[in-house]
Amino acid sequence: MPMKRDLAIIGAGPAGMAAAAQAAELGLSVTVLDEQPRAGGQIYRDVDRAAASRGHILGADYTDGRRLTGDLRQSGVEHISGAVVWAIEDEFRISYTCEERGAQIEADRILLATGALERPMPIPGWTLPGVMTAGAGQILLKQSGIVAQGAVLVGSGPLLYLIAAQMVRAGTPPAAMIETQTLGDMIRALRHVGGALRGWPYMAKGLKMLAEIKRAKVPSFTGATQIAVEGEGKAEAVTFTHKGGRRRIACETVFLHHGVVPNTQAARSLGIGHHWDAAQSAFVPELDAWGQSDVAEVFIAGDGAGIGGAKLAEHAGRLVALKIAQNAGHLSTQVCNRLAAPLRRAVTRERAARPFLNAAYPPYAAALNPANSTVICRCEEVTAGDIRSYAKLGCLGPNQTKAFGRAGMGPCQGRYCGLTVTALLADANGQSPNETGYYRIRPPLKPVTLGELAAMDDAAQDAAE
Amino acid sequence: MKTASPFLELDSGPRVDVTWDGETLSLSEGSNLAAALLAAGVDVFRHTPVSNAPRAPFCMMGACFDCLVEIHGVTRQACMLEVTEGMVIARPQEMGAHANET
Repeated sequence: MPMKRDLAIIGAGPAGMAAAAQAAELGLSVTVLDEQPRAGGQIYRDVDRAAASRGHILGADYTDGRRLTGDLRQSGVEHISGAVVWAIEDEFRISYTCEERGAQIEADRILLATGALERPMPIPGWTLPGVMTAGAGQILLKQSGIVAQGAVLVGSGPLLYLIAAQMVRAGTPPAAMIETQTLGDMIRALRHVGGALRGWPYMAKGLKMLAEIKRAKVPSFTGATQIAVEGEGKAEAVTFTHKGGRRRIACETVFLHHGVVPNTQAARSLGIGHHWDAAQSAFVPELDAWGQSDVAEVFIAGDGAGIGGAKLAEHAGRLVALKIAQNAGHLSTQVCNRLAAPLRRAVTRERAARPFLNAAYPPYAAALNPANSTVICRCEEVTAGDIRSYAKLGCLGPNQTKAFGRAGMGPCQGRYCGLTVTALLADANGQSPNETGYYRIRPPLKPVTLGELAAMDDAAQDAAE
Repeated sequence: MKTASPFLELDSGPRVDVTWDGETLSLSEGSNLAAALLAAGVDVFRHTPVSNAPRAPFCMMGACFDCLVEIHGVTRQACMLEVTEGMVIARPQEMGAHANET
């Protein structure tokens, strides 16, 4: 078994890449494990390959990611790509699968930089082929140079405008944007306008994207309700209510989005405490101002710590790397604090626009509290009505729903139903999301085959026994 | 089930032959397998073990497991693989989605 690293980082997005380069510069031995074949995370997915051919479509905020992938390469940090981590145990042994073989590494400290997931958006028909997340639409464009013709975008938030603008630039504008936010949301958001102005670069970019979409004459419907995807065996149309009338737009591809939420799977598997953040409508891990969790020597940075976007993730990655280096004895408290000061200012700056965005583009209410017939657990095909009926039978928490009807027990392990199950049970039982809690997450974090385990190198297997 | 695809490929690179469900498809070499199958007009990747409902890629980032396919007999996430020449890809068997749970 190779030597124990000072630090293992899970995830090669902006937080992971920035932290890796910073920690290596301070003299730590670092290994980065990432599921994708190339560094970048989802936000800079495949940036080294895609920037040249599609940079003009994806924009400067995307191609800027090459700075971080370059820093990671230059740092000499060991980057194990295509590594799917399925267990983190025993301070700390990390088990992962790479190229159909199980493998393990050891590290004294762990940084989770596992980013965000799309907020689940259970609406009628969301499991039909042709319905994808808006993030998936972006990944198709970034990694594969594939655009959907005549797609309909549904939901709310800045990412919806970004993908619409990119589709316009690619010459395949969306057929329509069906937006769930209302004028009332925007008026309520105005009390956060001071923060929005401090975060003015975001606002300027947002207005530029809106202008691009408007110039392309993409039909837009705001304040849409009762949204459903219709189709026999695949998506054929989106139906919705707008200004009191029922509408139907034919399409083969639907991109859903109403915000992203922290991917907390790995953090929960390590027993890190989480609490409900009402402003973000999501659970976030308990962290100090550095990104240090309540489990010794486990740190979290980036969107997995609370949604803040790629730029914030980069600063947070550098910041947490300083603390990790200090813990490892590579940095004095004094120097650590001095180096941290400008990063903290940058983090504050990046956070300034968030309260405005959260208020202006809230999650789609009907997807937080879906109709009884809507499937909420995609894997096990459990409906919202099923969860409500479990509550009537005395089911108080998400872990019990597994026994009642397998919700959250499929291969995605609750990634796309967990928040919905918490919301439904909280509502039915008159509890808060904090009281209701979330699924207990245990390894394996991703399915692992017996063949992959059998192919694990002998030394690692001995250590595991 | 293969139809005219709503997905358009912006780049044209070298292509290789793979087998999908018994038929030969020409896909962009080294591209993401789920994306390449979508562009080739594959609109249903599998059927669920619970109700036999059709499914296709949803998240494209390895989280949702809706794009499960069988590669050389092993159930894998298509969105986590890259296209290589001669890949033999099939719809997973009925219980495919649960076959990998341990």
